[in-house]
Amino acid sequence: MQSLDRKLLRDMTRLWSQSLAIALVLAVGVAIMVMMGGAERSLRETRDTFYERNRFGDIFATVTRAPMDVLGRVEAIPGVRLAEASVSKYVILDINGMAAPATGQLISVPSAGVPKMNVPTLSRGQWPASGQTGQVVVNESFATAHGFGIGDQFHGIINGQRRALTIVGTALSPEFIYTIGPGSIMPDDRRFGVIWMEGTALSAVYNLTGAFNTLTVGLGRDANRDEVIRQIDLILSPYGGTGAYFRKDQISNAFLQGELDQLSTMVKVVPPIFLIISAFLVNMVLGRLIALEREQIGLLKALGYYKGEIGWHYVKLAIAIGALGVAIGWGFGLWGGRGMAELYAQFFHFPYLVYVPYPSVYAISALAGLAAAALGAVTAVRKAVALSPAVAMAPPAPARYQSGVADRMIHFMKMRQTSVMIWRSLTRWPIRAALTMLGIATSAAVMVAALFMFDAMDELLDKSFVQLNRQDVVISFAGDRPRSVIEDVGHLPGVMVAEGVWSMPVRLKHGQFSRRTSLEARDPGSELTHLLTEEGDQVTPEGGIVLTRRLARQLDLDLGEQVTVLFPALGGTSAQVPVVGYAAQSFGMGAYVTPETLSQLAGQAPRVSLTNASIDQDKSEALFAAVKATPAVAGLVEMAAIRKSFNDTIAQNAGMMTTINSLMAALIAIGVVYNAARIQLSERARELASLRILGFSRGEVSYILLGELAVLTIVAIPVGLLMGQGLAAAMVTGFDSDLYAIPLAITRATYVRAAWVVGLASALSAAVVWRRIGQMDLVAVMKTRE
Amino acid sequence: MAHEMTNSTPSGLVETPPARVFHTEDITKIYRTGAVEVQALRGVNVELIAGEFTVLLGASGSGKSTLLNILGGLDHASGGRAWFRDQELTVMSDRGLTRYRRDHVGFVFQFYNLVPSLTARENVALVTEIASEPMPPEEALERVGLGHRMDHFPAEMSGGEQQRVAIARAIAKRPEVLLCDEPTGALDSKTGVQVLEALEKINAELGTSTIVITHNAGIQAMAHRVIRFADGNIADVTVNDTRIAPSEIEW
Ligand SMILES: Nc1ncnc2c1ncn2[C@@H]1O[C@H](COP(=O)(O)OP(=O)(O)OP(=O)(O)O)[C@@H](O)[C@H]1O
Ligand SMILES: [Mg+2]
Repeated sequence: MQSLDRKLLRDMTRLWSQSLAIALVLAVGVAIMVMMGGAERSLRETRDTFYERNRFGDIFATVTRAPMDVLGRVEAIPGVRLAEASVSKYVILDINGMAAPATGQLISVPSAGVPKMNVPTLSRGQWPASGQTGQVVVNESFATAHGFGIGDQFHGIINGQRRALTIVGTALSPEFIYTIGPGSIMPDDRRFGVIWMEGTALSAVYNLTGAFNTLTVGLGRDANRDEVIRQIDLILSPYGGTGAYFRKDQISNAFLQGELDQLSTMVKVVPPIFLIISAFLVNMVLGRLIALEREQIGLLKALGYYKGEIGWHYVKLAIAIGALGVAIGWGFGLWGGRGMAELYAQFFHFPYLVYVPYPSVYAISALAGLAAAALGAVTAVRKAVALSPAVAMAPPAPARYQSGVADRMIHFMKMRQTSVMIWRSLTRWPIRAALTMLGIATSAAVMVAALFMFDAMDELLDKSFVQLNRQDVVISFAGDRPRSVIEDVGHLPGVMVAEGVWSMPVRLKHGQFSRRTSLEARDPGSELTHLLTEEGDQVTPEGGIVLTRRLARQLDLDLGEQVTVLFPALGGTSAQVPVVGYAAQSFGMGAYVTPETLSQLAGQAPRVSLTNASIDQDKSEALFAAVKATPAVAGLVEMAAIRKSFNDTIAQNAGMMTTINSLMAALIAIGVVYNAARIQLSERARELASLRILGFSRGEVSYILLGELAVLTIVAIPVGLLMGQGLAAAMVTGFDSDLYAIPLAITRATYVRAAWVVGLASALSAAVVWRRIGQMDLVAVMKTRE
Repeated sequence: MAHEMTNSTPSGLVETPPARVFHTEDITKIYRTGAVEVQALRGVNVELIAGEFTVLLGASGSGKSTLLNILGGLDHASGGRAWFRDQELTVMSDRGLTRYRRDHVGFVFQFYNLVPSLTARENVALVTEIASEPMPPEEALERVGLGHRMDHFPAEMSGGEQQRVAIARAIAKRPEVLLCDEPTGALDSKTGVQVLEALEKINAELGTSTIVITHNAGIQAMAHRVIRFADGNIADVTVNDTRIAPSEIEW
């Protein structure tokens, strides 16, 4: 078929700008598939390998103090393959050049050799020598954040004593891929470090010799998971077990899983949008080409070419466009994928995160891209090749314009004839006009959905740090304290207001649903933290329990229904409480009662697990110094620092992301508007040329052609903004996880920006076509037979 | 340089009955557009002899093109039967008709119908690539006197030249029948003569059965057989005893 292929090549050169416009839209879809699909797979496989090789636990549990022989009983549970007991404690760190105290998580390692489970991979140095209390291995990102090298020193307040700790190695652990400190929502490697210490020394300091407070369990292949965890809870409950939990609730893993889920949602939702648009564009352009070449198709049939051969000829054109799109998409995907892997490496710490270009991801994206183009072609081609050659070769009947009710209306409105032409053309092809409008609208929708994430983050920050949590610092203790500690904190330098929070690990049950969480009791009338409903009203857990909306949904609980509260730390005592309200909360899935209720439920006098405080910022250094010197304090979280790191992370990516997203959205608008305009130009060239010959100016003629697109764009923008809202809502639902919920907040600025981008992209496409109208060779146009 | 030709069929040994290339039985064709019905053919019975140069005459709208399209396998009849040699065209599927066109028929249309994005040579190659025993495109173009314009695009050629490319394309596969619908309709007398000469030459040299539709009554003088159409049927058939050369035709 060489001659036909030559025709194909020439058709394509003639249509290069339109083909490119389509290919670029397709390329975005392919690039996202390659990039996100690749990143997702890359992350998942790296994680799985890391977990496997470093024997990450399947079940985790903490106790107050359990003797070593308990470990043997756990190991004996059928289904348990491996179990390891260790000691883990939160401590305050005092680091040179850093006024604020950092939090350290001390973890024991065996005196000889490395741990059996959650094995950290040493990236530098070595494990602490046996009997060397002062030698530690720290997580690599902590060392990097402080510029620590082997041999460097910092101090820890360990069980009330300030001790010098010398770094002998750095490591990466499957337990801390996402390294987040207690009470925080963002990783902050300066303020939180993991510190591995030789076990005998650590146990001795905390009076845990011959005992442990942390348990990690590895399961066999066909273990009955729920039964194992039930047995573990049973065994641990006399020792202050707080309830064992599965890997999916392990904090680092949960964040990583959340990210993976987001990625796979994005891969499923976003590329199809671009692929569908490109299929539509291919269909539109090919439909026009076929209309133009109707007689040639008839001729080919007359000459004895089979339907299939002719159809394939046009489908090949589409596939060529598709192939161009796939190639561009691959290029960007490869480049962007590497960038994405680097971005992930900032947040997720793996000893190795190799971004491998997975052939299957590429193959699938190419297949999807080509299929989209071919699909667009097939529908356009099918009708054309079905025409009998005699009919195809006869010139088509002139388009039939009808005058309807609407036309009588325009008579009434005394529109100019040029406006009437716009109107007729719109109503002549209502489906095409609608699809074009929808295409442009999609561009606006994509823009809104992309930009809204930043609005949502702002809203999240405002909700979490301004409306709900106004405390400057959160001070936590090693174990619960009597209420008098609130007063003690109040007396620390710089503290203006101190409020106590008592929390207990619980399991909430309702029917078949059950969830582990912590039950919080705040002092009534607290000023620093608020519980608000979604509408922003105060809600108090008087006479029952207040649940986060998401938690209530997961437990299938309605207002007034009873929820069973189980206290694993109290030997599994349980009680029933009615749900008296819902609270809006972005992070975590909290449950709230009054201190009296908790005291009744737990059968204990109210205690304090942590205190919130507002401070006089001028005296923060004195406060920090005091905290470092207070043995009972196990951690201090600065809310301002969290807020800042949250903001920084967003700001770091916002500019780049906005640009890329705007570009992607603009490509859709350009692809649709430019192709629509070119097709209009080709269909109506004779009509427009006649007008030019009659003496209409270029502006007037352009008005007829581009006015129609302007009308469509103007209609499309509000439609697109609405669609964007829907898309954002779908994303909010898709991204919802146990760890956080993204609010559906879209600012006016986002709508305005989306409208601008789409408007500009349309105008730009129109300008290119406008130039072509100027260059129109009137004689040549009139001469062509059509 | 007038010369006379006697009307003996090329297959023409005296005794054997002449071979039919086409014959039809009561062919009808009805076009329906909305509520309107047009009876384009009203039971046409016709016999065409292999190797002859046949001219179809008749008023506009009398059904000439419709019949030619049915014989050429471009369109289906509404009723009746038609045969190419002993193959019945009226029972063939779309695919069968395509096969038939591909193997046996060459078409020349009034408006040339060249592919604008292909050169003369490539337009001819379009056919030779799918034919079983074609002549090289170059030879076909030489035969119509266009050996020097092979690499020109249609837009770079005159109407007569384009029509000759179309003829070259039609004959390049050595078809058994050559069907021409007003091949000179868009041409002036001088170029029209060139085109007719090309057709005549092919008919004489290759023995290709040729049917030419025309409004130019003068052309009938060069035919073996003349069929006159009126109102969807054949009005009469005449066989010329003597034929004249295209250059003699009064335009
Ligand atoms: N596709 C069609 N739909 C409806 N009617 C048709 C169609 N094609 C032809 N006709 C009608 O069928 C009749 C015969 O048409 P045909 O084209 O065969 O005439 P013709 O003899 O070739 O005329 P001309 O010399 O003008 O080319 C005409 O009345 C014509 O209007
Ligand atoms: Mg005709």
